[in-house]
Amino acid sequence: MDINAYIESGILELYVAGSLSEKENEEVYALMQKHPEILQEVLEIEVAIVKLTASTSQRDNNHILQRIKQSLGSNDDDTKVISIAKPKYNWITYTGWAASILLGVGLLWTVNQNKQLESDIQVAKTQQSLLETQIENSKNSLQEANILISVLRDDNITKIPLAGQGNFAETYAKVYWDKNSDRIFLDAQGLPEPPEGKVYQVWSLTLSPLTPTSLGTIDSFSTDANKIFEIENTNKSEAFGITLEPAGGSESPTMEQLYTLGVVSTG
Amino acid sequence: MDIESLVEKFKQKNEKAFETLYNMYSDSMHGVIYNIVRDHDIAQEVMQDVFIKAWHKSDTYSNKKGRFFTWILNIARNAAIDKTRSKNFKKSKQNLDVDFFVDIIETSESLDDSTDAIGIKKFVTKLAEKCKKVIELLYFKGYTQSEASETLNMPIGTIKTRNRNCIKELRQMVLE
Repeated sequence: MDINAYIESGILELYVAGSLSEKENEEVYALMQKHPEILQEVLEIEVAIVKLTASTSQRDNNHILQRIKQSLGSNDDDTKVISIAKPKYNWITYTGWAASILLGVGLLWTVNQNKQLESDIQVAKTQQSLLETQIENSKNSLQEANILISVLRDDNITKIPLAGQGNFAETYAKVYWDKNSDRIFLDAQGLPEPPEGKVYQVWSLTLSPLTPTSLGTIDSFSTDANKIFEIENTNKSEAFGITLEPAGGSESPTMEQLYTLGVVSTG
Repeated sequence: MDIESLVEKFKQKNEKAFETLYNMYSDSMHGVIYNIVRDHDIAQEVMQDVFIKAWHKSDTYSNKKGRFFTWILNIARNAAIDKTRSKNFKKSKQNLDVDFFVDIIETSESLDDSTDAIGIKKFVTKLAEKCKKVIELLYFKGYTQSEASETLNMPIGTIKTRNRNCIKELRQMVLE
């Protein structure tokens, strides 16, 4: 194609003016890419038109740029948001973290260990107090046993066997009477468990005339382990008997329920 | 930097590129707009809007469709014409079509003494009547070649060659 004729046709002036169709515009653009002289021509036309149109302005328009920038949300300070530099992780950081994690784990372990130990101590304390109680009980038992032994060995103690009576012939009991300290020890091992609502009642008797005096009921019969009961006795007893009475005891013995009876030997 | 890569940066919302383009074309746009609205303050207002619009619509420009200058020239002319059609504007301004751009340049006293300005003033005074009208319609008013052909009652071919010769003269004066 004849480049010069194309340029001389005046199409490039219309191209800059914007008077061509879209299709023509694309054609000019394609030729401009191919032929530098066409591009050069367009540039020169453009510069001339820019100068011509600018000469009708007759105003200084530089300050308008600031208004435009403001409206576009920009400013002239060239302020830029400086992003905080990405911290570099070096070996100190890593070892630091590792150390603190180790420390944390160690602390947790010791805390846990401490709790375990505290719990162990608590258990031990409980066991200790249990053992102390047992020891105390044993001591008491030993004391009681020692007392019994001393009673049995004492010359001043009078031993009175109580034999089973009537329907209760298979039962038995023994009374150890310490006259010096006005007390008896009743060994009631040979008596059965009293039925519900009933208690054994101990009687001191004088024979002529036959007079019973209550020494009290044995309320702790079921719970007492060795079935030996210490009872105060200030009477001049000639015999001892045990009857089964309603709970709380009776004024006088119920003779039908006389389990055991024994006479104090005089000699 | 050539215009093409400048425009490419502008399309990527580069502020420096925008500023450069503004400095290149703002007077030209203001001149075109002023020639239509005939009020300097209104012209600056419209010109401001034109560049804001260009910034926001930068992605719609493609160099295949035409020169960047031509693209923004179109926005400016349309904005100015829109302005003259607004109600407020019509009340205050009458008889806009009386003078051509040449009158603005000829009667100008504020034109500086740069060679361009002197050259253009000389050019305008010597400019043939036939050139004045063609340049006015094609560059300041944005007529298509067929619209100009109808208005001036001339074949398109004649319009093209006449315009070519007029612009050639202009180029000699401003580029020498």
